[in-house]
Amino acid sequence: MNNIFVYCETDNGTIADVSLELLTKGRKLANQLNCKLEALVIGHKLKGIESQLFPFGADVVHVADDPRLDPYTTLPHTSITVKLFQEEKPQIALMGASVIGRDLGPRVSSALQSGLTADCTSLEIGGHEDKRAGKVYENLLYQIRPAFGGNIVATIINPDNKPQMATVREGVMKKEIYSPTHKGELKQIDVKKYVDDADFIVKIIERHIEESKVNIKNSSIIVSGGYGVGSKDNFDLLFQLADVLGAEVGASRAAVDAGFASHDRQVGQTGVTVRPKLYIACGISGQIQHTAGMEESAMIISINNDPNAPINKIADFIITGDLNTVIPKMIKYYKQNTK
Amino acid sequence: MRLSVTGNHQPNFSVFNNTKQNVNLISMKGLNIIVLAKQVPDTRNVGKDAMKADGTVNRAALAAIFNPEDLNALEQALRLKDQFPGTTVTLLTMGPGRAAEIIREGLYRGADQGYLLTDRAFAGADTLATSYALACAIRKIKNFDLIISGRQAIDGDTAQVGPQVAEKLGIPQVTYAEEIISVTGKKIKIKRRLERGVEVVEGALPLVATINNSAPECRPRNAKLVMKYKHATTITERQDSSEDYINIFNDRPYLNIEEWSVNDIDTDVEALGLKGSPTKVKKIENIVFQAKEAKVLSDADNDIDELMKELINNHTLG
Repeated sequence: MNNIFVYCETDNGTIADVSLELLTKGRKLANQLNCKLEALVIGHKLKGIESQLFPFGADVVHVADDPRLDPYTTLPHTSITVKLFQEEKPQIALMGASVIGRDLGPRVSSALQSGLTADCTSLEIGGHEDKRAGKVYENLLYQIRPAFGGNIVATIINPDNKPQMATVREGVMKKEIYSPTHKGELKQIDVKKYVDDADFIVKIIERHIEESKVNIKNSSIIVSGGYGVGSKDNFDLLFQLADVLGAEVGASRAAVDAGFASHDRQVGQTGVTVRPKLYIACGISGQIQHTAGMEESAMIISINNDPNAPINKIADFIITGDLNTVIPKMIKYYKQNTK
Repeated sequence: MRLSVTGNHQPNFSVFNNTKQNVNLISMKGLNIIVLAKQVPDTRNVGKDAMKADGTVNRAALAAIFNPEDLNALEQALRLKDQFPGTTVTLLTMGPGRAAEIIREGLYRGADQGYLLTDRAFAGADTLATSYALACAIRKIKNFDLIISGRQAIDGDTAQVGPQVAEKLGIPQVTYAEEIISVTGKKIKIKRRLERGVEVVEGALPLVATINNSAPECRPRNAKLVMKYKHATTITERQDSSEDYINIFNDRPYLNIEEWSVNDIDTDVEALGLKGSPTKVKKIENIVFQAKEAKVLSDADNDIDELMKELINNHTLG
């Protein structure tokens, strides 16, 4: 009772990275709160799945295995999660801020009348005093996230409603094995008792999943462009530099919204979080929405017309100038001075 | 909806190949679609004039706009209206009085009517209390086959209100939708855009669909509709306006934007606004970057060459 639950997504029998990242974070929170960490896996062909979860610190793994539960659809996964949470009364429930987690989370929170914070960039434990109500709370989950387009950072709490729910994007938390020998308990969910036929009213009739062609998350050098790049055509220059350096091209949300770059290149709170050894920010002003997803880069170069662009404050090198002048010079020097 | 008609994606279908469907065509009523929309501060364009001297955002300087993905949602509704004559597209928004602006904006683009939910009792609502209020208003509107909204609003980016409204109404949801492919009787086919691909789902009406920004953009204002609806107002707006126009509202009831307060819908007030919100904001921090030691360079050849040399020598590059 009152443990921490992580809803775990699977992809062809493999637990998704975002879920393992949440288990890593969940384990730390559980140690701090002196409670157990429990994982919930819903899908099909899940035999042995617990062996992927125990090393990340799961004390209990709940498995709901049924052919109708894979691929994910909203209602059956909601029914199982809601009923299990009603029985187990977790104090904290975490989900990936993925297409699945952002579909399931709000549905579950609405059914349970519990609070949910989307796209958290940090989770901490702390107290709270409600002076007006004269109440003091201990060990609440601080759900920290940029808000208002990333211009402020808000700390959200759910003092009176449990579970305290939060979603976190892939890459925001670090994935670390807790102990290779850690073992927990496996609990099979009797699916028939948790779902009924009406839950299967929405059916998947076609599905095309492609391997992502863009892999900015694992790239050691990222050349990233913002709204200041000016156009889709100007982004070509970034691709040329990336090509020469063996880098990937990233983009800020403003650049993606403007149609300069595709969605899968978006770096930031509502995109991908990256930690490359070099991040070259071209025409990026540096709203927290963006910097939340790249500030841990080992080295940051900012190329910007505006010497006062906020991103310059986290940069190691600031080049004040036009990227259309600077980038060709970088390409030229690199080509001439490397083999 | 009684009629069985298929969408563009089944071009071989003919309503004349089946007597029963032919009869249905005559008694066709179209769809009742509710579009949930929100007026939001334009957080995407925080220009210099919106930044205060201390580096924080001056919210008052941001324009209030129709939430972009809600416009994508409106377009999906209008496409169904084009396809099924007799369809009614109703906008529902919750916000301050000035949020009536986005209802007018929707009318200019082809929506038929709008409801503004406005009351101090709704203020401070998180997504759960917001979805509760919207669900109560939808129950009062009563007739709906389909509810469409944007996936998320740019001020909060939570993507929670759509699914929570669906849950409160006890109907299914299809999130991350990119296209409503077809409506055939009670069946609806929707294409979803996932992280790494697409999925087509089939569901039954009524349901809630939330639309991505990868969906087609909303059509522009229509000049005739702008003429028709430019005086469309809420009762509160009319009380503040000049006498000259008062009479036209009696002749043209379509110019009334229905305004509902908490007393107009059946709700548990404890579940509304700040009180009904399980999430509380403990702390807000404005972003002020702490500068770190940086090398400042110009775009001159020398500076760029020196930088590149350093990066190559310390193996950051190459």
